[in-house]
Amino acid sequence: MNNRLFGRAFTYAGLSLIAFISVFPFYWMIVGATNTSADVTIGKLTFGSALGDNIQHFFSLFDVPRVLLNTTFVAVVGTALTLVVCSMAGYAFEIYRTKFSDRLFALFLVMLSIPFSALMIPLFIMISRAGLINTFAGVLLPGIASIFIIFYFRQATKAFPHELRDAARIDGLKEWQIFLYIYLPVMRSTYAAATIIVFMSSWNNYLWPLIVLQSNDNKVITLIVSSMRSGYNPQQGSIMVATIIATLPTLVIFFLLQRRFVEGLVGSVK
Amino acid sequence: MEDVGFAAISRRANEWLVVPGAAVVLIFVFLVFPILWSLWMSFQVGRGMNFAFGGFANIVRLTQDPVFQRALGNTIVFFVIQVPIMLTLAALMAVALNDPTLRFRGLFRTAIFLPCVTSLVAYSALFKSMFADAGLVNNVLLSMQLISEPIYWIRDPFWAKVLIITAITWRWTGYNMIFYLAALQNIDRSIYEAARIDGVPGWAQFLYITIPMLKPVILFTSVTSTIGTLQLFDEVVNITEGGPADATLTLSLYIYNLTFRFMPNFGYAATVSYVIVVAVAILSLIQFYVARDRRTQ
Repeated sequence: MNNRLFGRAFTYAGLSLIAFISVFPFYWMIVGATNTSADVTIGKLTFGSALGDNIQHFFSLFDVPRVLLNTTFVAVVGTALTLVVCSMAGYAFEIYRTKFSDRLFALFLVMLSIPFSALMIPLFIMISRAGLINTFAGVLLPGIASIFIIFYFRQATKAFPHELRDAARIDGLKEWQIFLYIYLPVMRSTYAAATIIVFMSSWNNYLWPLIVLQSNDNKVITLIVSSMRSGYNPQQGSIMVATIIATLPTLVIFFLLQRRFVEGLVGSVK
Repeated sequence: MEDVGFAAISRRANEWLVVPGAAVVLIFVFLVFPILWSLWMSFQVGRGMNFAFGGFANIVRLTQDPVFQRALGNTIVFFVIQVPIMLTLAALMAVALNDPTLRFRGLFRTAIFLPCVTSLVAYSALFKSMFADAGLVNNVLLSMQLISEPIYWIRDPFWAKVLIITAITWRWTGYNMIFYLAALQNIDRSIYEAARIDGVPGWAQFLYITIPMLKPVILFTSVTSTIGTLQLFDEVVNITEGGPADATLTLSLYIYNLTFRFMPNFGYAATVSYVIVVAVAILSLIQFYVARDRRTQ
């Protein structure tokens, strides 16, 4: 019995330590935003009074509203396009199955593990020849059709009741009407989960925007945070302010939709 | 009769051209074509846009390029050390959290999952400042007398690697834990009941019941983590910039440097990128082979 009690204590201690380490950098980020650059560098852990200065400095370095508008635009439009294109494809690959479509889908699944690094050179040349360097279209286009999200919708469509579709067909609904008026409302929660996944990865994307967006007017938040680290004397407090702004939207989404968030993540591999 | 034929054709067209059409076209343009073009490029030599067929010249160059070999070595070190540490931690945490008698489960789970909401660039900035020479982590370690002088996390080739591994583990362990947790919740509790009645000790239950039941998730998480680690880019750029002296240079960062930093050499960069493609393919195959279901042989 004593042994079990010890084991219990060990579990709680271990989990508490891991939970503390997981959450601590968030505290560090908030405290850092209120401290001067020098204080951040020496690891000051208490709140300071430099928050105003840090915010002011950050806003003087960049056109912050513009940056946020750019990031929001890329994330929202990218998410919307991805959801429309991929949910339609996932639906079709499941509902209108043929030998050919199954083979095509199997080919796509094999390509799921192709690393982006192997695509970025040809994609860069394609996008620059199309004159889309420095445009949001250039950032968005290669990411719209995501095999992962198509797969996600295809898996979810397996649970879509066939009787509903058959009944709709008998009632004379056209295929696009079935998709729009029956499938879409039934699959609401699948769409919600996919929205979270796609929006987050789009908001947090770094490498591809780094390649495509080169002028200062078009920069997104990850590029701004990244660019602040270099230079002769990086202002650590302002970097913390920038980091908070970059993290806040996804943090809010997480806390508002926590259950759906985790379900979406896990559901994608079932 | 003709009408029916037309309707059938139109439905077929709907099914095959209109609905998944956009996605299929986009995948061929932005995935199938580039990956084939990249393969073609890897046999081309020349700088900028002037290509000439070079046969295996780029592959020969790989064998003579010390920077490539260092990047490959670093990448291997990262995934050979980091992936097992992270997946073991994730599995242990999931087992601990799956105990229904544990209190504050929701709180622990939320806290441990929280790092996943940060963008890679943002958490890299946080880690860079926490691990500064005179920074927080060194202060804490010094005051606990675990070290006698500060560790130069970012400037020392060895500790820079440790820092990158620590950072990735912080960001991704909770993410992987969620998958293990979901899989554990699908295991029928009566199996454990039966094992306990038969007197099977806890560690044996974990080894002979839990691990085999988790096999598909172990496979999934190791494949995705391997792919992720082989593509490591955001963290090394934003924490160490691949330094010091290329100690944290990864293959992805080297490809980026070859393409966008140095005088562009698309052919050679494409060859390096195919090293990642081949590595991902081989490692995925090995993992599928190791995790295959032996009963069906």
